[in-house]
Amino acid sequence: MSDSLAGRMGPGTPASPYGGQGSSANLADILERVLDRGVVIAGDIQINLLDIELLTIKLRLLVASVDKAKEMGIDWWEHDPSLSSRARPPQQVAGPPETTPAGQQLALENARLRAELAELRAAARPQDLPHPDPAREEER
Amino acid sequence: MTTDVPAAPATATMSYVYAVGRAGPALDAAARGLAGPADGPLRTVASGPLAALVSSVPADAYGEEGLRARLADLTELAALARAHHAVVDAAYARTTVLPLRLATVYLDDARVRAMLDERGPAFAQALGRLEGQVELGVKVYADPRAAAAAEPEPQAAEDPATAGRTPPEPGAPGPGRAYLRQRRQQRRRHQDAYRAAGAVAAGIRDRVATIALDRVAHRPQQGELAGAAGENIANDAYLVPARRVREFRRALAGAADGLPGVRVELTGPWAPYSFATPPPPAAPGEPR
Repeated sequence: MSDSLAGRMGPGTPASPYGGQGSSANLADILERVLDRGVVIAGDIQINLLDIELLTIKLRLLVASVDKAKEMGIDWWEHDPSLSSRARPPQQVAGPPETTPAGQQLALENARLRAELAELRAAARPQDLPHPDPAREEER
Repeated sequence: MTTDVPAAPATATMSYVYAVGRAGPALDAAARGLAGPADGPLRTVASGPLAALVSSVPADAYGEEGLRARLADLTELAALARAHHAVVDAAYARTTVLPLRLATVYLDDARVRAMLDERGPAFAQALGRLEGQVELGVKVYADPRAAAAAEPEPQAAEDPATAGRTPPEPGAPGPGRAYLRQRRQQRRRHQDAYRAAGAVAAGIRDRVATIALDRVAHRPQQGELAGAAGENIANDAYLVPARRVREFRRALAGAADGLPGVRVELTGPWAPYSFATPPPPAAPGEPR
């Protein structure tokens, strides 16, 4: 307990070692800590724990797929009740796959396949074509 | 925002707990120095050797309905997360505390005390383990586009004698070949960047192995919220003695030198969110 503020900072450091994180920290860094980390206790407001559990899953889906999905013009999260208050109220849900209506699932699947296809094409093209002059192709 | 809640009068409040620490002047001072996030001042609620950092919050806004609504809106969630973090962060600058997960709410202070009593031994143990430690975040990104930007133009990189737009020799590459070569270079850059980033991430773990006490691998960040260029391929949190933070920073210096496709990002010091709950010894499938 003797390890006070001065002790924890080491010599010559500015007044607070936390100055940089309070307000300027990246939202993703903060969210992953306050939602995913920290001591988890079930408070008296029980529903929040469940909600956050679900929300965390949703956030994961969101951050994992938003770039690719946006490229494809998909924005299901904007209509997702657990990510937007504008969307319809949530019905009974069991998990992320069930919360996504069939059409959106199809769209997502489509996006995934397209991305995979593009990747495969990019990977296959240079190698599968015949190289009349391999030496030249191999040069850096 | 103002609604008629029949069961709860307008003045009804609940107790929102941000963190738990050792009862004493340091935590009291932390509470005094902090304004609650628009929900009233912070205070400490003590029981035995421990105390919780608490603010009274309106029951309607933080009850089940209110919280559900807040958490369902990314903007509100972000505000709540930042407010929660600001309190934890400021408190940790003064004294060691265990950050609680967002939106841990009790009906009243008596319930908070009961929680402290029930979990006292585990809290005390965790506080002892984290005393004098901070969390540092290290993210490694692979960014092939940055690598491409750092490279000279493909044509210019070749023999200066043949550089130029119109290769006169018959053996010189036509547009198709040039395209293929470009694709190939792109692909190679891509692979190089990812391979190099992986190596840098592993190298960093080695570099700080004698400085950090513990490491937790977070899920790599992706997408809009992450908001950084390139792809995050490693997202580690390290538990580091506060007096060795500089040393840690120095150890990272130059980790990605000469690798334009790799970026290293250091965040923190953080309150030790990622180490507040000791990892279960070996209980697979057990809920956290």
